[in-house]
Formats: sequence, C-alpha cells, structure tokens
Amino acid sequence: MSLANDRPLRFARQYKLQWETAQNAWVLLYPEGLIKLTESAGEILQRIDGQRTATDIISSLQAAFPGADLQQDVSDFLEHAHDKGWIITH
Amino acid sequence: MTKAGSSPTDTTNVPQIKPPLWVNAEITYKCPLHCVFCYNPLNYASTFEKELTTEEWLKALGEARELGAVQLGISGGEPLMRDDAEEIVAEASKMGYYVNLLTSGIGLTEKRIAAFKAGGLDQIQLSFQDSTKEMNDFLSSTRTFDLKLKVARLIKQYDYPMVLNVVLHRLNIDHIEQILEMAEEMQADHVELANSQYYAWALKNREHLMPSREQLEHAEAVCNQFRARLGNKMKLYFVVPDYYQDRPKACMNGWGTVFLNIAPDGLALPCHEARMLPGLEFPNLRDHDVRSIWYESDAFNAYRGDGWMKEPCRSCDEKHKDFGGCRCQAFMLTGDARNADPVCSKSPHHALVTDQVALAQQPRASDDDVRPLIIFRDDGNSRRLS
Repeated sequence: MSLANDRPLRFARQYKLQWETAQNAWVLLYPEGLIKLTESAGEILQRIDGQRTATDIISSLQAAFPGADLQQDVSDFLEHAHDKGWIITH
Repeated sequence: MTKAGSSPTDTTNVPQIKPPLWVNAEITYKCPLHCVFCYNPLNYASTFEKELTTEEWLKALGEARELGAVQLGISGGEPLMRDDAEEIVAEASKMGYYVNLLTSGIGLTEKRIAAFKAGGLDQIQLSFQDSTKEMNDFLSSTRTFDLKLKVARLIKQYDYPMVLNVVLHRLNIDHIEQILEMAEEMQADHVELANSQYYAWALKNREHLMPSREQLEHAEAVCNQFRARLGNKMKLYFVVPDYYQDRPKACMNGWGTVFLNIAPDGLALPCHEARMLPGLEFPNLRDHDVRSIWYESDAFNAYRGDGWMKEPCRSCDEKHKDFGGCRCQAFMLTGDARNADPVCSKSPHHALVTDQVALAQQPRASDDDVRPLIIFRDDGNSRRLS
C-alpha cells in the first residue's frame, strides 16, 4: 500500500518513540519489544507529530541537512515504517 | 565495593554485559485465582509478609531505568491485589518505561482503569481466568462470562488493544473453539494460546496438564480455521509445549542478558523461576542496588556466556542460538542446571522429556477422575509445599 504524501502522519497506537541515553539512540517501543533506530531513522521519525505530512518531513530534513538529496531515502523509509505498521496516516 | 563501570579495573568485563532492557515486577504473589499451571514459586505464600513497599519498588525501578531498562511488566500474582499498582505504574511511566499490566482482570474497575490510563499505562494483557475450577465455572456460568466481557469492554473503551492470554493444557485444550468464540465476542485483537510450561505448580501437575499430540493437532486446526475466517482482525498465536520439540527455547534470550525479574519480596532473578536453583544466592533489592546486582552478583554472572556449559552444549554449533535452553528446566529434570535442557534431542537426558510425551498419549481420564489429583495453587498448598 502506497503512503499518501499529503496526509498527516502519526505513530500507530502502542508505538512510542523515545531517546534512550543508555543506548545513545532513538528507539521505537511497542508491547514487549523495542527497535533501536539508526541515526537517520531517528531523525525522520522524531519529525512525526500527528500534523506533518511526508512532504513536510522531507522539507524539514532538507532544511536541516542542506546539500544532501534525501527525498528518495526518506520516502522509502516512511513507506517501510508504514508497511511495518509503526506509523499511520490520519 | 566498587561499582561496575566506575573503576578502570572493571572495564575488562563490563563491555560484555549488556544492560537490562526488560524488567518484570512481580509486585505481589497474592491472587484470587488458583491456577493449576501457575509459574509462581510453590512457596509463594512465604513472601506475603515481606513485600517491597511502594518506595522500595520505585527506587528499584528507578535504578533499573538508569541502567537502560525500558520495558516494564507489572505482574504477580494478581497485581491489582495491591492498591498502589496505579502509583507504581504512573511513576514508572514518568521514568520513561513502556508499561504493560498483566492481569486476570479481577478487580479492574472503571475507576482503576481510568487511573491507569491517566498514569500512562501503555498496555493491558488480560489473562483468561482458568484454574480448571474457574474454567469450568466460566464455561458454564453466564455470570463470570459477563464479568469478563465487562472488563474487555472497559479495556476497549480506554483505547487499549484487547490482548488476551489463554494458557492451554490437557484439561481445557479441547474447549478451544469455545475459548476462541469467547475471544471473538470480546473483540480481542491479539490472542496468545500458549500451552503451559512445566515449572512450579505446572510441574507438580504435569501429567494432568500435558496434552496429547492429537489434542494439539485438533487445537491447532481450530486455530487455523479462526485465522482463515478472521485474518488480521484477531491475531492468533499458538504455542505448543516445549516438550514436543527437539530443540530447547532460547530461554530469556540468555541468562542475565536482557531480563530482570523482581519478586514481591525484592529478590532479583534472571527469570521467573530461578529462585529454586540451588547453590546460587540471589541478591535482594533491599540490600543491593540494581547496578551491582546486574553487573557484579555471582548469581547473575553464573550462566552468562558459555564458559559454564558442559557437553553436548559446549561443542554445539547452536549454542549461541539457544544458549543450551533453560537452566531451570535442566535442573528440575536432570538435577544439574549446567546440563543441556533435556528438551534438546542431543541431550543424554532427552528421554526424560520423550517419556512424558509418550505418557501424554494415553487415553484421557475423565475430569472427575483427574480433579482430586490436581494440586491447586492456593495459600494452604503453598505453605504445605514450602
């Protein structure tokens, strides 16, 4: 299922993003489990706030990391996160 | 005493020990149920007078959180038997734990669930009230069913997914269809149908609890029918008894690697069952902080890595996959926790498991014949067996 670029994104019920000092990483928490995120995955997911769309998130990342062409990678990752059920559109 | 990580002499062994990620807080062993498969220790009643206070729980949870623990189970016994469960959940949630309440639902009023929600509780796992006593009551009584349905509705109303745990065994597994119909009526999102594991009370009752192969096949077939009909609407997980397998489970993902169990009396354990292992002195949270317990105690270091292993584990190419299985099961069945878990077909003691499985294929006695032989988990039996 393709992810709509113009709909706000939020975490699915039960998924929580959290900075873990002990792991020096962003982690995604869910019942009885956690996913330790790479730095770039953390950068992307921390921009999910229930208001921003995929397009907004890409612009925000491009502003933060000028010079890098992020569009495809970010889109792919958001698609992946959506397929995994971590994030949903609403 | 030096604290791990605080002195240069510690640094040689510290990096191999990863911090705990998952804490299971057994806040009380008190329970209104009498489940025949309960994994609480047989002598659980001896903890009643020694339960940690609210402050002691919060101190221990704070220390574990500081080390990096992030998943927290609040369990028991029945955790709702403590009236500070809400406070413990709320404070733990503030600390940054992902908090999961494991309950039979008995005592889960709207007032309490509202307080849990406000305190940040992330998930509720509702277990099916089954002690055979209660199961029969449940299957025949509308009153209990209505009670369960009410709790299920509350869980939904407070926007939690409905996660239902049902422990299966020889005496209830043939009711699988009825159980799943009930789950469907409760609008369960996830249903875990796990066969009882043979520890503690379940080990005492093992011959009455182990299903036959035929029973397992029937149950799995019924599960598959429900899966086919309901798809993702109700996700079903079916777990067979490990005795039916030929490789052991990777118990706790390895001793002292991820999981810290804290018993009601403050005993720190690498798993729910370890209390009964002889020769290990498990530290108490009243006397030690979590850091020294996790990194420095002999008990937590006892079965870390693979240096403790004997043959056939020592030279086995799967030893880093299953860590030789379960230390408690190895001890209970063979008398030595360092032996391979006898579930493994490479274990010289494997017949201890296959003999039990063979026994389970015999024709089933009637419930009336079995009932008097069952040892129910209750305070009287606990004191007697201590």
